[in-house]
Amino acid sequence: MSGHVSPKSLYYSIFGALMVLTAITVFAAFLNLGAMNAPLALAIATFKATLVVLFFMHVKYSSRLTKLVVTTSLFFLAILLGEMMMDYATRGLGVIPPPLQ
Amino acid sequence: MLDTLKLPERHYLNNGHGLKSWLLTKDHKRIAIMYLISISVMFLIGGLFAAAVRVELMTPEGDLFLADTYNKMFTMHGVVMVFFFLIPSTPAVLGNFLIPPMIGAKDLAFPRINLLSLYLLWVGAAFFFYALFAGGVDTGWTFYTPFSSSASNSNVVPTALGAFISGFSSILTGLNFIVTIHRMRAPGLTWFRLPLFVWAHYATSLIQVLGTPVVAITIVMVAVERMFGFAIFDPVRGGDPVLFQHLFWFYSHPAVYIMILPAMGVISEVVSTFSRKTIFGYSFVAFSSLAIAVFGFLVWAHHLFVAGISTYSAMVFSFLSFAVAIPSAVKTFNWAATLYKGAISFETPMLYAYGFFGLFLIGGLTGLFLATLGVDIHVHDTYFVVAHFHYIMVGGAIMGYLGGLHFWWPKLTGRMYSEFFSRISAILVFVGFNLTFFPQFMLGYMGMPRRYHAYPDEFQVLNIMSSAGAAVLGVGYLLPVLYFLWSLKRGEVAGPNPWGASGLEWQMPSPPPTENFKEQPVVHGEPYEYTPHVAREANLV
Ligand code: HEM
Ligand SMILES: [Cu+2]
Repeated sequence: MSGHVSPKSLYYSIFGALMVLTAITVFAAFLNLGAMNAPLALAIATFKATLVVLFFMHVKYSSRLTKLVVTTSLFFLAILLGEMMMDYATRGLGVIPPPLQ
Repeated sequence: MLDTLKLPERHYLNNGHGLKSWLLTKDHKRIAIMYLISISVMFLIGGLFAAAVRVELMTPEGDLFLADTYNKMFTMHGVVMVFFFLIPSTPAVLGNFLIPPMIGAKDLAFPRINLLSLYLLWVGAAFFFYALFAGGVDTGWTFYTPFSSSASNSNVVPTALGAFISGFSSILTGLNFIVTIHRMRAPGLTWFRLPLFVWAHYATSLIQVLGTPVVAITIVMVAVERMFGFAIFDPVRGGDPVLFQHLFWFYSHPAVYIMILPAMGVISEVVSTFSRKTIFGYSFVAFSSLAIAVFGFLVWAHHLFVAGISTYSAMVFSFLSFAVAIPSAVKTFNWAATLYKGAISFETPMLYAYGFFGLFLIGGLTGLFLATLGVDIHVHDTYFVVAHFHYIMVGGAIMGYLGGLHFWWPKLTGRMYSEFFSRISAILVFVGFNLTFFPQFMLGYMGMPRRYHAYPDEFQVLNIMSSAGAAVLGVGYLLPVLYFLWSLKRGEVAGPNPWGASGLEWQMPSPPPTENFKEQPVVHGEPYEYTPHVAREANLV
């Protein structure tokens, strides 16, 4: 295994950051931002996941092959979400309305 | 010359005896044999369900089974065939056995994980059998919501868990292959010297690793909705049933390529061996496998054209589905060009390859019919679709698997089967297959829907043809069991390279020793070098 050892303090500060972000998520849940509610929660969650992947899972210090694997997975996740949103975002678009009875 | 051949004294089959030496083995070859036995049993069970369906459909009335029972029959047929037979078939049996020797390695990168993946398949199958004996399941192999999540009162959760667990078997196999192909190639074996069988399995493994987790989680969501009443897919409570179809087909369209790509790999090996030529356009065939793996992920919603997706996205998915046919066509043209002016012959594996060409062609082209928006509205959920995917999955994937099994059987066991009976069975399979499924295209086009146990009288003739064909097909599939078993004791000793083939795996003795090669092989040349001296060494000229 790759021998990179990060200082303990780094882990503690990442952990701290995750906790703070959790608190922000909870706080944000009480704000009413209308359509932005879900995007904001997802943005915070994505940022937290990125921290976990980069530091706790050591991807930041891993070989280029490992990074390639991670990027590839994200690419396919993007396909899943992107093409699915393509459907949901365009529902009803270009549909010829039925003739009036 | 052949009668002087002897089996090697020590080989993987006699290195250790007793059940324990098999169940705790780390030898990829023994694991492959256990996979072979397991999936053959599953194939038989899946075949019995198919027989039940075909018997019911011989008459227009629903007289053999109640509608509910009939639903269970086709569901369990599909579940067994897809999750417990076709997805493991070529990769887990032939890939497992052959990838290490083809790249000059002693074993896969993670032998214990390999054994674990076999166990996971067994555990998954155990869940399925539980569901079966508890009364079966009736959702169709596609588990569509909201029927599966809120309406069906059959054993959805155990079946879903069975599929979920066997999914992990598939992921682990894929992972193992990827790492093995990256890290364990013999000196000199560059990427572009790899056999196309290995390229095909590499592409397959990518799909297994990237796609299977999505369907696994989707299945869990169905189970969670059923057990704890979460409203994920139930429209009455704000869920979205189409979301299930999106997630399910994000995996399951690529999964059809998990089934066909390895078979395509087999065909590349067989075609070049029996036309004694190098594959025409090697790198195109290799890259088309990767292209299929990637583009296969872009087209899933062609299964949802009438499910209520937006018109705009249906157009995009239709266009992309046309594009995904291109790499398959590249392969087909290249195989044809390989045959051109080759010294082609008609041994059993090659008969299966010829069968594959014809059937895969029809299956692939009718896929394009279905990808056409207007046509699909007419034929969606009819027997036309059923015929389409059987032409590819049975006519393509199983023909490839059987061709490969006949091709490498002498390597697996050290002995030859009866060429006479094996040719007969190849022909029976081809004839029986067409008789079974061609009428289904016509039925579907005329409007016979799938998944009903009764139908209008005018469809009876074609349905009887289909059922009769299924009987012929069944005989074609049972024959190999007999002559393969016979060959184990009585078959002629094959020697290391009975076909005069060029791959590294043919340089091992047959059956190979546990460590495959005495010394680390070093590769100097290109793949598929069919020069006269190779043929001479194999006593073919
Ligand atoms: C040449 C590229 C292909 C195209 C364009 C294509 C297109 C389609 C389309 C549009 C459908 C949906 C039809 C409907 O439900 O109305 C379909 C169904 C299906 N196809 Fe294909 N297909 C292709 C290749 C394959 C391959 C290679 C396989 C299997 C190895 C396959 C297996 C299936 C299965 C299993 C279904 C139906 C599943 C179900 O509803 O139960 N197809 N195909
Ligand atoms: Cu599809």
